[in-house]
Amino acid sequence: MSLLLIPLLTLTGTAIPLLTSRFGRAYCTLSTLVLPVIALALLFSYVPALLNGETLHVAWSWIPQLGLDLAFRVDGLTFLFALLILGIGSLIIFYAGHYLSPTEKDGRFLSYMMLFMTAMLGIVMADNLLLLWLFWELTSVSSFLLIGFWGHRSDARRGARMALTVTGAGGLALLAGILLIGHVVGSFALQDVLAAGDQLRASSYYPVILALVLLGAFTKSAQFPFHFWLPHAMAAPTPVSAYLHSSTMVKAGIFLLARLHPALGDTTAWETSLTLVGLATLVYGAWFALLERDLKGILAFSTVSHLGLIVLLLGLGSPLAIVAALFHIFNHALFKATLFMSAGIIDHETGTRDIRRLGGLWSLMPITGTLTMLAGAAMAGFPPFNGFLSKEMLLTKAVATDHFGGLGIIIPILVLVGAILSVAYSIRLVANVFFLPRKVGEKTEEKAEEPVHAHDPPKGMYLPGMGLACLCLLVGLFPMTLAAPLINSASLAVQGVNSPVFHLALWHGLNVPLMMSAIAIGLGITLVWRHERLYSLAALLPTRDAKDIFEKTITRVIKAAVWLTLRLENGSLQRYQALLLMSALIMTALGLRQLDNLTGAAGLQPIDGLAMLGAGVMVFGAIGSAFAHRWRLVSLLMLSTVGLLVSLTFVRFSAPDLALTQLSVEVASMILMILALFFLPQRPPRWVSTRRIMRDLLLAASFGLVIAVLNYALLTRDTLSISEFFLSESVPGGGGTNVVNVILVDFRGFDTLGEITVLALAGLGTYKLLNRLRLFKPSGNLEGIRWSRQRYPLIFDVVAQIILPLALLVSVYIFLRGHNQPGGGFIAGLVTAVALLMQYMARGYEWTSNRLPISYPVVAALGLVIAVLTGLGSWLFGYPFLTSSFGYFDIPLIGKTELATALLFDIGVYLTVVGATLMILVNLGSVTTIHRPTLKSSLQSAPREGNK
Amino acid sequence: MELLFSLVTGVLSASGIYLLLRGRTFSIIVGLALLSYAVNLFLFSMGGLHTHAAAVIGESESPADPLPQALVLTAIVIGFAMTAFMVILAIRARAELGNDHVDGKQGEEGETR
Repeated sequence: MSLLLIPLLTLTGTAIPLLTSRFGRAYCTLSTLVLPVIALALLFSYVPALLNGETLHVAWSWIPQLGLDLAFRVDGLTFLFALLILGIGSLIIFYAGHYLSPTEKDGRFLSYMMLFMTAMLGIVMADNLLLLWLFWELTSVSSFLLIGFWGHRSDARRGARMALTVTGAGGLALLAGILLIGHVVGSFALQDVLAAGDQLRASSYYPVILALVLLGAFTKSAQFPFHFWLPHAMAAPTPVSAYLHSSTMVKAGIFLLARLHPALGDTTAWETSLTLVGLATLVYGAWFALLERDLKGILAFSTVSHLGLIVLLLGLGSPLAIVAALFHIFNHALFKATLFMSAGIIDHETGTRDIRRLGGLWSLMPITGTLTMLAGAAMAGFPPFNGFLSKEMLLTKAVATDHFGGLGIIIPILVLVGAILSVAYSIRLVANVFFLPRKVGEKTEEKAEEPVHAHDPPKGMYLPGMGLACLCLLVGLFPMTLAAPLINSASLAVQGVNSPVFHLALWHGLNVPLMMSAIAIGLGITLVWRHERLYSLAALLPTRDAKDIFEKTITRVIKAAVWLTLRLENGSLQRYQALLLMSALIMTALGLRQLDNLTGAAGLQPIDGLAMLGAGVMVFGAIGSAFAHRWRLVSLLMLSTVGLLVSLTFVRFSAPDLALTQLSVEVASMILMILALFFLPQRPPRWVSTRRIMRDLLLAASFGLVIAVLNYALLTRDTLSISEFFLSESVPGGGGTNVVNVILVDFRGFDTLGEITVLALAGLGTYKLLNRLRLFKPSGNLEGIRWSRQRYPLIFDVVAQIILPLALLVSVYIFLRGHNQPGGGFIAGLVTAVALLMQYMARGYEWTSNRLPISYPVVAALGLVIAVLTGLGSWLFGYPFLTSSFGYFDIPLIGKTELATALLFDIGVYLTVVGATLMILVNLGSVTTIHRPTLKSSLQSAPREGNK
Repeated sequence: MELLFSLVTGVLSASGIYLLLRGRTFSIIVGLALLSYAVNLFLFSMGGLHTHAAAVIGESESPADPLPQALVLTAIVIGFAMTAFMVILAIRARAELGNDHVDGKQGEEGETR
């Protein structure tokens, strides 16, 4: 349980600086420090157990379906890293309190730092690979926030983006690798994975897993060729560089390699790739560190180089090399954090980090000079510092390695080159900044910028660095006391029983590694001394910055994305339509390939002449309406013939309800469309290009073909139907013999309720759309002939009035018989609506509205309410929503009649259909009158508005 | 008969789709209407093509499948609501944009890409 406290403490710590920053800098820094220090103390309470090689676990199930547990562990490796994270983290938070200028948002900064600390602790403590990955991504995100902390600077923004892109992409690769590991092992729990090393190495997925995991680790740990983000991340405030980019985050990749070593290590592929990448990174980083002129740039490339060194050590594969790698992780964190902090001090005091403009600071800043020199000596690998110890171990292993057979000699040679360069850049850094005079004369105006104000900073800034620098020296002098137990327990965690017994000491006698160290120091000094030659050599080499390649790639990707987007999304709805139809066509057509033969087993029915004629008229009407689309009225008339014939088709194939519905809908929608033509342009649009027409014809024809084939294939096959239930239950369960109607109002009543709701909503939507409409009202046809002024033809008027009562009577009849015979609420509603509509057409909006003072939205709403209440009514009797019941009653004069609650529901349907249909049509019709809808009138009764 | 029926649905949907690809709102409305005829006929035919077999108990020996009919009945009504909405939308678009091109192109220039 107390294990969980460690990350929880730092997580809580993210809130503290935000809360305390208003009380001043010192208070904010100190209060932020409290929780990490407690966590550190907690960590030390595990030391006795860890020294015995124990591993402590704690776990809660989180998302068991994914295999993701909230599981944490502490073992030697975790302890080593957690010590660096919490220890150096606390020192740097202390340092940051003095580093940030008084006006900066320290609360936000420290909060990000604590977030990062939590994420980092999560990585090293996670006992579940998925959990580890979550924290891994969290470090990428929090480091993005930290690098981009000075978001007003473009280099900070660019550096942050680059770091996020590279480490984020690596994180995705890592996720893929982890998922594959989980696939092979069957668990994401770390102890299962670590125990399944043989299984993983034998798996056919191993090469892929290795590649993906290494990609994740190498991007995070800035290995060649992914190193380029690290120098650019130096745009971050220096505490960030000191913490993230030297001691912790960039070591996450190395941590992962060490952690997964038991599971994935000890194969040729592992050792070869780690060795090669490590070597390349070691030399590459060291070379550019020597050429770099920015103080933090030197440190960044040196970090790259040292990370390569650690990866190389892990790749060499022998147990002692792994010990050396762990030891160097510790050492590097100590001296590099110190160097970054002093770089921050120098930058702070002189205002520049360019070593050409720095120099002679020794007399001005002796304390800073001392600690830089101590840490620089450790970095260069001078005895008696800690860096010397781990470098000796590296040299020993490099000489002793058996990799690459006869070519193996290249490893010690390249390591020696790296060592020489590392001595050189360390000396160059210290000498240029503190001892050599400034290189004045390069630019004359620089003389004016003499850093006369430079002096040693307040204690708060140099104390953390001083502590770490002393530690470098002490670890070098007393390695067995200060470092060996720590490294040993970490090694136990990585290597288990293979962990070797080792002895850390300055003096191993006169041997090859010592000679190599001496050579490195000698040649390194020479190199600095003759640096002019070096620069002329460097000028000869092509300088291809990986950053440019990265940015070019990004630009190219963006361009390609923009190109593709513009192709797909050019603002033309017709283009979208065509693309969508094409993809739908392809999908359906591909599906048709699975048919063995077109005609199924069910056989064909004979064709009769009437059907032929009907089909012929429909085909003619359909093609005609498409062909004549430019002449809108002709197209509409063609469409109406198709609609009528569809209704006849329904009659022909035993669907009387459908035929009635289709017929009445047809009438209503034709009236609507003719009305709409009045508001649309009369002039036919121009022809488009033939090519375009051909494309559309081809698309439409292939679509039609696919649909016809599909329909034919389905029609000629026997299908399984669930309708037996409806047919047998219609009378006993629903009390009606018209099964279609019983399905609508009873079996599937809930669907119907949804559908009438849509209908009512569509009606309401038209209200809003017609509100405050700007009208184009033509007064004549295209030839300029004025339209007839006689607005209401007499014959029509008379007929409409005679028909109205008859039509209403018919609709009542259709409604009542609906449950047992073709008919029902939908059809009756449409008949009523059409009958009423005819009155509006015959006598105009005003005349009819005055005699028919009904608000149609209210009718529609009433219908919905009745339908819903009918449904709710069944709750009163303890039945589910919309359960219907029916009975037979003797009603005087009428006789024995069936009454069903479904009838009530059907009344709701009826009213909604009437209300919605008239709402749409009457409203549209009223647009040309003075009673056109406005927001205000839309909910009031329309005629009353007219009376005013 | 099956061949004839599927031919009709095919032609109806082809004409509908051709109209959907036009640039003027009214053609789209007509196209959608045609397409919904085709779809309704298609759905309806899923129950098979039966003659003299209305799904009314006691009227015929082997009644037609009532389920597709019920589905298509509501589809017709919803289709009407949809058409109505589209029509009003087209009118509104004309009123706002001054033309009836789907992309809201000004003037009476030909259909664009």
